Amino acid sequence: MANYKLILVLLAVFGVAAGCSKNTVPDPEPTDTTYGSDSGGSTSEWDSAGGTGGEEVPWGEEMDEGPASVIYFEFDSSEVRPDDTETVTRHALQLADNPSASVRLEGHADERGSREYNIGLGERRAQAVRRLLLIQGASAGQISTVSFGEERPAVDGSSEDAYQQNRRVEIRYTN
Amino acid sequence: MTGTGDNVTKLKGLVTLQGWRVAVLAGLWLFAGTAMAEITIEITGGGVKRAPVAIVPFGWKGQGAAAPDDVAGIIAADLYRSGRFDPVPESGMLQKPTAGTDIDFSDWTRLGIEAVVIGTVEQTGDNAYSVQFQLFDPYQRTQLVGYRMPASRGTLRRTAHRAADMIYEKLTGIAGVFATQVAFVSATKQGRGNRYRLVVADYDGETEHTIMESNDPIMSPAWSPDSRRLAYVSFEGSRSSIYVQQLRTGNRIQLSAEPGINGAPSFSPDGKKLVVTLGGVDGNLDIYTIDVATREKVRLTNHRAIDTEGTWSPDGRYIYFTSDRAGGPQIYRVPASGGNAERVTFEGSYNARPRLSPDGKKLAMVTNDQGAFRIAIMDLGTKDFLVLSAGRQDESPSFAPNSDILIYATRQSGNGVLETVTANGLIRQRMASGDGDVREPVWSPFPRY
Repeated sequence: MANYKLILVLLAVFGVAAGCSKNTVPDPEPTDTTYGSDSGGSTSEWDSAGGTGGEEVPWGEEMDEGPASVIYFEFDSSEVRPDDTETVTRHALQLADNPSASVRLEGHADERGSREYNIGLGERRAQAVRRLLLIQGASAGQISTVSFGEERPAVDGSSEDAYQQNRRVEIRYTN
Repeated sequence: MTGTGDNVTKLKGLVTLQGWRVAVLAGLWLFAGTAMAEITIEITGGGVKRAPVAIVPFGWKGQGAAAPDDVAGIIAADLYRSGRFDPVPESGMLQKPTAGTDIDFSDWTRLGIEAVVIGTVEQTGDNAYSVQFQLFDPYQRTQLVGYRMPASRGTLRRTAHRAADMIYEKLTGIAGVFATQVAFVSATKQGRGNRYRLVVADYDGETEHTIMESNDPIMSPAWSPDSRRLAYVSFEGSRSSIYVQQLRTGNRIQLSAEPGINGAPSFSPDGKKLVVTLGGVDGNLDIYTIDVATREKVRLTNHRAIDTEGTWSPDGRYIYFTSDRAGGPQIYRVPASGGNAERVTFEGSYNARPRLSPDGKKLAMVTNDQGAFRIAIMDLGTKDFLVLSAGRQDESPSFAPNSDILIYATRQSGNGVLETVTANGLIRQRMASGDGDVREPVWSPFPRY
């Protein structure tokens, strides 16, 4: 399912930037075309389908399985709180026990301040989790990090509560 | 801080207009506390007094009832949007001449009009037009500037902006930026995520073009000095990459896709290199330059702190950047050829995202102003520090190519919108924005003719 989403993203990008240098373009599959037209279609069709009592299928972004765990951080901090170390340890053991497993650590910041600096703050948090995983037996090849800074808030809004939920690292299994 | 606005005099005629220009250019020194004897700027609520001008509807010689674009209307809108002029409505004009010999100057001085623009649009071929305009000082009864410019249907609007540039420069002594463009990122809600678009529009918001769009974030657009390319960061495939894209063709190259962070691109003054931020596997953000042709990377900083948001000085000698090596983020600079970093800002606890004015005299940044993130400007000569914006979440300052105006992102009811402010802080304007959350505006260089 993750692959499915990736194809869609690539399709969208190629629609406007035909000459870009990616050379591993997956061939568009018929299902993708169907998806594309569905996404632009009316919601009433979807509602009637749901009304038949048929099985509900996650759609679009909903297909994202979501992070395995989310670690939250204090303001201006990249320190993993004691309450969360157990969670990180669990993932470290899982990675150590399954050498073929891999995770992506996605670091995030709240919206305050400069965007690229916030990319740095998100990365700092992802690296803090990475170090804990490495110390506890995961290997470097199993872990990749990415920072979205303030670009992908979990919660919209400018409240202290929203900020708290946005300062986070999402642990996602990529294999 | 800007309380020296007493002693307001009404602008009259060319002589005063030029005196007013001097006063505007000297605006920065107001904040140094120097008393100005002949201030002609009325400072009320962060604005200046607008000079009344008349842009008379242009004559039309061609097929149909009117020219394809309202050239006089576009010029009037430009001058109004500058914040420095107040074009009188057509209904308030006592005459509507289209030739210089038809102007009765006393009709305009009676209304207190300080500048009169007349003109004609003539169709000279199937898709060929000629735009001529003249700017008069009704008090001196003289022509200040006049031009005849060829245009096509597709370039009429641009030609009108060009005429407005010439009029504005004649009246203020400051180069006009009405024919420039702005690139920005917009995000619109789509399902649980966003649809991100990289957009280029005329400075007045007209003729928007989407350059790139994606379901993953797009960040940090940067113009090449020739205005033909944009560099940006894209998170396609949940990893960051730096792209350089030709605007005309849409072709792009992936310039950097290292493990970890690839961010904050900005072109060198000669357009041959980019300064970027790379984080690597260990996530240590440092400043690098990349040669666009050879892709050769040169590391300029090596510090365990966050070093990011590099930008070249216009003379090419330095790279200014954000670093939190002293705790909170501050602005530093390092020689572009390599060397030791030196700290540039000392005011307050948070200064980030430096941008230098094209004339090299001023440094704009995001500052923490008593808990609010605002746009500030520092005079690199006097070190005077001035907060220009009034929001709580303002970011991404970018200078217009005339160094006189900045554009930045702010919030309105939780939504990202764009504002401009003059570098002296006196004229602040909100730009109309379309759908979605608009952020990271970057002003294009001057267009080439």
